[in-house]
Amino acid sequence: MSEHHELGFIRKYVFSVDHKVIGIQYAITGLLFLLFGFCLMMIMRWQLAYPGEALPLVASWLEHSNKMPGGVMGPDLYNAFGAMHGTIMVFLGVVPLAVGGFGNYLVPLQIGAPDMAFPKLNAASYWSYFVGGVIMLGSFFLPEGPAQSGWTSYPPLSNLAGTGQTFWLVGMIYLVASSLLGSVNFLVTIIQLRAKGLSFFRMPFFVWAQFVTAFLLLLAFPPLQAAAVFQLMDRVVGTSFFLPSGLVVGGTPLAVAGGGNPILWQHLFWFLAHPEVYVLILPAIGLVTEVIVNNTRKPLYGYKTMVYSLLFLGFMSFVVWAHHMFMTGMGTTMSNFFQATTMIISIPSVILLSCLIITLWGGSIRYTLPMHFALAFLPMFAIGGLTGLPLGLAAADIYLHDTYYVIGHFHYVVAPGTLFALFAGIYHWYPKATGRMMNQVLGKLHFWISFLAINGIFMPMFIQGFAGVSRRLAIPNFYAHSEAVQGTNVFMSISAWILGAAQLLFIINFFMSMKTGKKATDNPWDATTLEWATPTPPPHGNFLQEPVVHRGPYEYSVPGKATDYIPQQVS
Amino acid sequence: MSTAVIHYIDQPHPVTGVTNSKLGVWLFIASEVMLFGALFSSYIVLRIGDPAWPHGWTILNVPLATLNTMILITSSVTMVMSWASLMMNRFDRFRLYMILTILLGLGFMVVKGFEYAHKFEHGHFPRTDNFYGIYFTLTGLHGLHVLGGILVNFYFLVTGKSLWTKSPKMFAGRIEAAGLYWHFVDLVWIFLFPSIYLL
Repeated sequence: MSEHHELGFIRKYVFSVDHKVIGIQYAITGLLFLLFGFCLMMIMRWQLAYPGEALPLVASWLEHSNKMPGGVMGPDLYNAFGAMHGTIMVFLGVVPLAVGGFGNYLVPLQIGAPDMAFPKLNAASYWSYFVGGVIMLGSFFLPEGPAQSGWTSYPPLSNLAGTGQTFWLVGMIYLVASSLLGSVNFLVTIIQLRAKGLSFFRMPFFVWAQFVTAFLLLLAFPPLQAAAVFQLMDRVVGTSFFLPSGLVVGGTPLAVAGGGNPILWQHLFWFLAHPEVYVLILPAIGLVTEVIVNNTRKPLYGYKTMVYSLLFLGFMSFVVWAHHMFMTGMGTTMSNFFQATTMIISIPSVILLSCLIITLWGGSIRYTLPMHFALAFLPMFAIGGLTGLPLGLAAADIYLHDTYYVIGHFHYVVAPGTLFALFAGIYHWYPKATGRMMNQVLGKLHFWISFLAINGIFMPMFIQGFAGVSRRLAIPNFYAHSEAVQGTNVFMSISAWILGAAQLLFIINFFMSMKTGKKATDNPWDATTLEWATPTPPPHGNFLQEPVVHRGPYEYSVPGKATDYIPQQVS
Repeated sequence: MSTAVIHYIDQPHPVTGVTNSKLGVWLFIASEVMLFGALFSSYIVLRIGDPAWPHGWTILNVPLATLNTMILITSSVTMVMSWASLMMNRFDRFRLYMILTILLGLGFMVVKGFEYAHKFEHGHFPRTDNFYGIYFTLTGLHGLHVLGGILVNFYFLVTGKSLWTKSPKMFAGRIEAAGLYWHFVDLVWIFLFPSIYLL
């Protein structure tokens, strides 16, 4: 709108409709949830390292606590923390930060648009997420505690669990609504609002990644919505969609009609949750691509190949879901199909990673702070991806299923993978959002400690998995065969606490640099994409005049030019 | 300060040929297709797994549901008429057809209410068995969609005049988008009616 008037504090920073403010709101809320989810895990790691011992320092406060008597974590609390750790990290931490935060902030800037296509819908999306988060957090204060049936909420266990599960379902419905509103907004923005001259194949790769991610969110989340409604009906109204006939609990038959199908939940859940894995990883690959191309000062190797791989990956992610369900006895025909599709989907993932590695080849690499995280992402994601292959084959999966091997595999993808990419993104775009650079020394300390500690946590999980240690056990050495590897738990827990301490460096850096950081120019990294053509920080409406795009996204080191980069808007 | 505006709010994009809101509603409908797709698939899975699953027509009130089908189809017609009236610059006719659409939507809900009440009177609740569970959940969610559509239409009926005077094109675009949604809800019923009542 052309008329402009100063908005009050509340309208400007709280109930804003500006995509940049909403992006930052998403990012900060997401970061806080990540910290919270990590704190839950740091407490759980005490129990895993020293089973049955009282928490140090705080035990005396917890003497009369009914949830943690004497500071010792019981199985109920362990289950609750475990379930909420997963839920919070995936649905309230990583996705809001990667899609809500970076997507909202960067997509309109990178395509040269003044805002998202539907600014109010964007705000509604954030506030729906916020309400979902409050409901999830609120469930911690219930007498029975929050949901404790794992982040996957498999029935019949979840059907029969305490009230926390109902809160989980209602919270989930809000989160699904939020991502639906967000994804419609992203798709319309990318399709309709690209600047003049910015054809689809001139878009930065990050925008492509968000484009495919938005499709996954749009089409994969509704089945979970349906599943949540069914489970809510089961729990509140007493239907038995997921309760089979003749179910006996604690020696007494359940007083329900029966005839339901617990496997149905798993199908509906994984129909969402497998594409969800790609929702977690694709924006991260997008961020890493931007950072790597900028810091190698070379064009991206195989841009079109990467885009086609991305589209194929997005499509295939809808037909691999039952590789999580080899143990359900769904039959070899089904297993064969899903094994084949799982092997096929690894091909585009490898292409993406290979293109990024080949991009490094022959470049004059600048080891900037974001580049550290981006480079670390490549081997970490590779480990995460390659350890997934044995899980995609039923024969190997039957042995490894529900062991710590699985935990190690997906954490390598999401923690040192996606989270490192997100840190790279924060260090890279912080100057654009705040006008100041982040501190190099603190940043490098943060990187090296995190990098070593995070491998210290997840690498031993593969060993534990091969040793047959089951996940989700509150007493890790409950079975005799686990005793042999119990020592690794101590090492992993100490690594986790070191990782936690290292994040303090990031938090200090994040706030200190806002005040004392070196002032940043509009384009501190000599980058080519459109977001660096705005004033810093970008004003409401982003661009001083409507940008016109004349070239592809990554024209670095073009022979015979004065600078080693040519921004997209330069004619 | 910048004077940037968001494009294609009232003009269609030259390449895609649609406005932002129309594209947005189509994408939203794609998502809804996945929602109802999951609901119908679950219905199929549960029904196949239960050899004693009853035929809908032996239990449910088919004449009443047929009446409801007619009501909903008619309301789709009046919805198109209200949009067409705007295209012919007849705001008064738009009002008339919009009121009719809302009344027909409410009529559908009332008939549905009678159907539900009748089932409750005879002690048939969602928890009775999975047939009733599916029946109440699927028609209930569809009912919520109808209710949402009625609210949107009501909002446009009440507040439409000011936007119509300011930007007729934009308002017509909104009614078209609301209409797309309304037809989708109608279409869901066209699938629900045979698969639950007649099979």
